[in-house]
Amino acid sequence: MKAVLAIPLAFLRLFYQSIYLALGQIWANKMRSVLTTLGIVIGVASVTAVIAALTGLKAKILTQVETLGTNTIFISPRVPERGRRQHAGWWQMRFRPEQMDGLLEHCPSVAALSRVGGVGWRTVKYGEQSVDRVEVQGIEPDFHKIEHRPVVLGRVFSPIDDMQVRQVCLIDSKLRDKLRLDRDCIGETIRIGYHAFRIAGVIESRPQMNFGESSQERYELFIPFKTLEKLGDPSMWAMATGKSAETLEEAQAEIKFFLRRTRGIRPGEPDTFRVESLQSALDTFNKISVIVTMVAGGIVGISLLVGGVGIMNIMLVSVSERTREIGLRKAVGAKRSAILTQFMIESVTLCFVGGLVGVGFGQLLTMAIANIPQVKLDLAHIPLWAIGLSFSFAGFVGIVFGMVPAIKAAQLDPIEALRHE
Amino acid sequence: MQTKSDKIMIRLENVMRVYKVGVERIHALDGLSLELRENEYVAVMGPSGSGKSTLMNVLGCLDQVTSGCYELDGENTTGMSDAALARVRNERIGFVFQSFELLSRSSALKNVEMPLIYSRNGWWSRRKRATQMLHRVGLGDRIRHRPNQLSGGEKQRVAIARALICSPSILLADEPTGNLDSKTSEDILALFDQLHAEGQTIILVTHEESVAKHANRIIRMKDGRIFTDLPAAEDQARRLELTGVLGKVTK
Repeated sequence: MKAVLAIPLAFLRLFYQSIYLALGQIWANKMRSVLTTLGIVIGVASVTAVIAALTGLKAKILTQVETLGTNTIFISPRVPERGRRQHAGWWQMRFRPEQMDGLLEHCPSVAALSRVGGVGWRTVKYGEQSVDRVEVQGIEPDFHKIEHRPVVLGRVFSPIDDMQVRQVCLIDSKLRDKLRLDRDCIGETIRIGYHAFRIAGVIESRPQMNFGESSQERYELFIPFKTLEKLGDPSMWAMATGKSAETLEEAQAEIKFFLRRTRGIRPGEPDTFRVESLQSALDTFNKISVIVTMVAGGIVGISLLVGGVGIMNIMLVSVSERTREIGLRKAVGAKRSAILTQFMIESVTLCFVGGLVGVGFGQLLTMAIANIPQVKLDLAHIPLWAIGLSFSFAGFVGIVFGMVPAIKAAQLDPIEALRHE
Repeated sequence: MQTKSDKIMIRLENVMRVYKVGVERIHALDGLSLELRENEYVAVMGPSGSGKSTLMNVLGCLDQVTSGCYELDGENTTGMSDAALARVRNERIGFVFQSFELLSRSSALKNVEMPLIYSRNGWWSRRKRATQMLHRVGLGDRIRHRPNQLSGGEKQRVAIARALICSPSILLADEPTGNLDSKTSEDILALFDQLHAEGQTIILVTHEESVAKHANRIIRMKDGRIFTDLPAAEDQARRLELTGVLGKVTK
């Protein structure tokens, strides 16, 4: 029994002896220890702050994407990268409204489809008030089933608006305020160019998507898709939803098949359009954000390495400065392992304490970033794994860079060391 | 006052210690044999280069012999592992150095308890034992002082307390009075006498005859060998005789 316990007890003894000695040494050299760990502190603080900022950015984008619904499919034209149409102009590749006719009947997994057309930015007038840069979009009634943007006042578009090519519009609540319209503005008439439109409903503003440039407000105005043709030749894309999240892939495949036929793409030729769901965009975004986090973390991690070099430097100085002391300790019975662990624990402790202080500073930095109003990173926070990563990296740096000085100390010959000046 | 014991504390048999300097081989210890009994008080003397320091290093298990055999307290130390030697140094040997070798940032108490940190079971009682030991060497009122607040004699007392804290079989002192004035030297030597009276085995290296006088056996070395090994009284007589002869010659 005694023999079995002897080895772990010896380890335990070595461990508490070394911790005691290492902490004593750090405490005896307070100023130097603080300066030494500064590199690690800064390294860990910047790693955690960068990761926190990226996490905040990701969380922000994810919440916004989720308000749009991940079940949504986006269909847009594209110039193929190869094949006979690779040099075609963008305008040649545009969708024609009739290419989508009958899509719902041919695609059983698609629940709703809305063609969306844009004629760019127009100036909207109400009486004397005028607002530039209003995005005028033409939508079909199904748009309301796809986009989760409630109409807060008035009514949504009906199929009759579209069939009769009515000059009605849904107005963005911000635009309403900008035009100084009454809160209840249903039935008022506004002008887009020379065309007059009656307001049928007020639609909720889109949440701010842009980062940084909040000064540039975006205003939106929706009119029936057919009516849009009066304002000019629209560029067109489409939105759809699948019947369920599980059959989203199928729905996309069906749309692709249908569009290849209506757009006259021969077998073997590449698609001249793009069918994407927010889910697949989200997957791509997640992949990219992982890469960005890794790259940024890696770059800032270099500063941790620099901090580690600082630790090694100081530990080497400490070893040669304390050569006589090491000789003495060996003379009174310190084993090599005891000297080795003492110096290792010294450097690892320095790194860990540096890591702890660094995480604290990183938290302060993160709070500072989160509170800058223009940056809109209020969701920035340090994820637990980043704290774990910083700590283990700091410990790793301590072990790696403490190894050389510790081995140097342990290998000292006591006679030589005691003669050292 | 002396408790004569026949227990052999140290046995060196035909010990060689050879250093290689370039192609040259230096025999620092050249076939040296020595036996020491418990509670002996031995002074080792000799000119520099005579092998005193090497002998001390070998006796203190800091150095390994090239050939021959070294038995300490009945245990053969030749060929022991590094860790085993460290343990022997910790438990059986106390060192006192010429330049004290105290840790300047630590108090007298911390300095004295240092060997217990590395010992197997002294850890938990280290504070108590160190305090007792400091009282024993007459520094009961200097426990919290740092080395730079202590006089030379007090520093050496701290060092002696540190050497004795693990109750070693032998106390090795390498010129313990080399850095002290004669008054303080006498105090330290009186302490050694007292320790000897309490039963401690002491080996002391010195240059000074006045220091060697305190021992009861004097070993004079030359070229890595024992030149004379006599009880103190005989050695003294021989020295007087020699100086007498020398005096006549110079006259």
